[in-house]
Amino acid sequence: MINNPKTGMTLIVKTITRLTVGLILLFGIYIVLHGHLSPGGGFAGGVIVALSFVHLMLAFGKDVAISKVSKNLASNLESIAALMFLSIALLGFLGGSFFLNILPKGTPFNLFSAGIIPLCNIAIGIKVGVGLFAIFLTLVIVEKSK
Amino acid sequence: MTLYFLCLMLFCVGLYGVLRKRNIVKMIVGLGIMEYAMNLFFVLLGYRFNGRAPIVAKDQSILNMVDPLPQALVLTSIVIGLGVTALVISIALRIYEKYGTFDITKIKRLKG
Amino acid sequence: MKAIDIIPLFVIIPLAAAFLTSLVGRFIRRSSEVIIFITSLALLGFSVYARFLLNSAPGKILVYKIGGWVPPFGICMVMDGLSGFMLVTVNLIAFFVAAYSLSYMNQYTDKPKFFTLFSLMVCGMNGVIITGDLFNLFVFMEIASIASYALVAFGTEAEELEASFKYAIMGSVASAFIFIGIAFLYSFTSTLNMADMARILAYRQNAWVIPFVGVLFLMGFGLKSSLVPFHAWLPDAHPSAPASISAMLSGILIKTLGIYSLIRIFFNIIGSTQGYLTVLMFLGAVSMIVGVVLALSQWDLKRLLAYSSISQVGYVVLGIGLGTPLGILGGLFHLFNHSVFKSLLFLNSGSVDYAAGTRDLKETGGLGKLMPVTAKTNLIASMAIAGIPPFSGFFSKLIIIIACIQKGYFGYGLCAVIGSILTLVTFMKVQKFVFLGEVKDKLKNIKEAPFAMIFSTVCLAIICVLGGLMLLPSLRFFLDDAVAVVLKGTSYAGVVLEAASRQ
Repeated sequence: MINNPKTGMTLIVKTITRLTVGLILLFGIYIVLHGHLSPGGGFAGGVIVALSFVHLMLAFGKDVAISKVSKNLASNLESIAALMFLSIALLGFLGGSFFLNILPKGTPFNLFSAGIIPLCNIAIGIKVGVGLFAIFLTLVIVEKSK
Repeated sequence: MTLYFLCLMLFCVGLYGVLRKRNIVKMIVGLGIMEYAMNLFFVLLGYRFNGRAPIVAKDQSILNMVDPLPQALVLTSIVIGLGVTALVISIALRIYEKYGTFDITKIKRLKG
Repeated sequence: MKAIDIIPLFVIIPLAAAFLTSLVGRFIRRSSEVIIFITSLALLGFSVYARFLLNSAPGKILVYKIGGWVPPFGICMVMDGLSGFMLVTVNLIAFFVAAYSLSYMNQYTDKPKFFTLFSLMVCGMNGVIITGDLFNLFVFMEIASIASYALVAFGTEAEELEASFKYAIMGSVASAFIFIGIAFLYSFTSTLNMADMARILAYRQNAWVIPFVGVLFLMGFGLKSSLVPFHAWLPDAHPSAPASISAMLSGILIKTLGIYSLIRIFFNIIGSTQGYLTVLMFLGAVSMIVGVVLALSQWDLKRLLAYSSISQVGYVVLGIGLGTPLGILGGLFHLFNHSVFKSLLFLNSGSVDYAAGTRDLKETGGLGKLMPVTAKTNLIASMAIAGIPPFSGFFSKLIIIIACIQKGYFGYGLCAVIGSILTLVTFMKVQKFVFLGEVKDKLKNIKEAPFAMIFSTVCLAIICVLGGLMLLPSLRFFLDDAVAVVLKGTSYAGVVLEAASRQ
């Protein structure tokens, strides 16, 4: 299915995509995780993660992308990430106030510092990434069912 | 001062697109231009003279920084714009399926 | 958990319910309905409890600091008389509409998605009411608006998509104006907290920015609350939505996103001057007359109700624009009453649609014999909206007219009386064409609506009948605290900042 010459783009595009998609995903995860140290954070990193899947869909065709992340998986993962963010915020109630930063804050400029901020970034990154890809899936599926 | 004025001109260009264009997709593009202009305007409001990017780094002392608050708010606003655009585009696709045209002067079944 | 921790729950509970419904609703049957019923009942209970909690708070204000950050560095949630009043209104109507939708939405596919969007809309509205930060208000307003654009298009017929597209484009343009207004205010005062902004604006009164921002906000929020030059989206959007969503949109959405935000910004932050009040009164009076005249000529039941919404919102804005204590009392009381009886009217039109399959006034007739409960509740709602004693609408309209005459505006008082008479004519037309007369042949076999729908409509009708009791001295604190917050004007800033530093 992946090497099918009828769907997707030309062979050159498919070869380059096979090399770069993993790197784009990794770069997106890097931006999500370092949200409290450098510009980026949940939303920007999430968009890059989504774009890696969209890149896969543009180069190989709709079926390959759907086999990696199906519509049901996208919808469920999005809801789970949102509930994860809400439960991280509710943990603040243990410390006294909603959304309080209760994890140890560590020394500045380390990766494991700044309390709950990296966890919130991860939840938002997953939600935005999967959500944006779900939007693309919905538009593509609508178009084909005309 | 001219920079703010040009931003508001871009906003008016987008508003012209929403008001006067007949094709639905061109209206959506006009809406996108409007959102872009208003986000740009808000970020430009945060400029301070001789300021640099508001990132705290380990080896540099904290000098003049531009205002970081509008940048965080504009991030939220871009996400909202993305959501609205996605919704309106899927509505436009379905309108094409039902009405057969993208021309807004012909999509007039609700009257009165 | 202190008692004040109840305040963020108004945003947390519907948000959690929305995503839980989206996750679980597809796997476990009827789980979405159970979740939504429990959460809306819980929200109603919490809002009534929070309102009584406010009575014992010092200074009648509760400030909750999110994350422990003291305002103006952090976002705070402020619960005062006006917020408590609006919260009870919103959650009351949301509970009854959710109970109604349990059986009304059987004719549409995909119920879990509907309840997800419904919960998101309730979360957005609660967030708008409770927040104390201007940009936070914008974000929650956008959440509620986007959910409502999607809900209007829920049936995905051709007309619903057209109406939703128009509503989405016009709503987004309004949000753009509001955003630019917020940008100007931020650059002028360099803070986003409402109380802090009010404090700073009190010192710098005579800048050109303030009337400019006032006009931008009037355009933006005026479109969201469908005042007359900005009302063109409402007659298309409200009929095309499913009946329960029409009830929510017409009953509470245009009031929290539009009128509550206008009150907060124009009275508490910018500070009302006679110029703004005159403009508000004029727009209110024009909305009253235009809305009801256009409603008289409609033959589609829901379109008629939508035009009459424009007219009644004009009453509320006229009452608030008067600026006197009696006028604001009348305006806010009419806001509550109109939520109740307009939701009841839309829910009844949904029952008629569910049973008879049509909304055209020329095709229905004589349904009073076949659907007795619906006919009686519709009669109660029609009499309330027309202002017939002893129903609730009579008292609020009387207070507005008396306040107009007390201040010497005889012209506006006359407009209000004419609007009231024409509203009576409109709803007598509805009652005659839908419920009285002969039954047409193809409608001979319809039955009364199911139990969930009847439960909601009967409860709302009881509130219509008993609504006038809110003016009794023992229950009057509910309205009086709200009026006091509006009249306090920009000294709202001092009260909030003092309460924030105290806790």
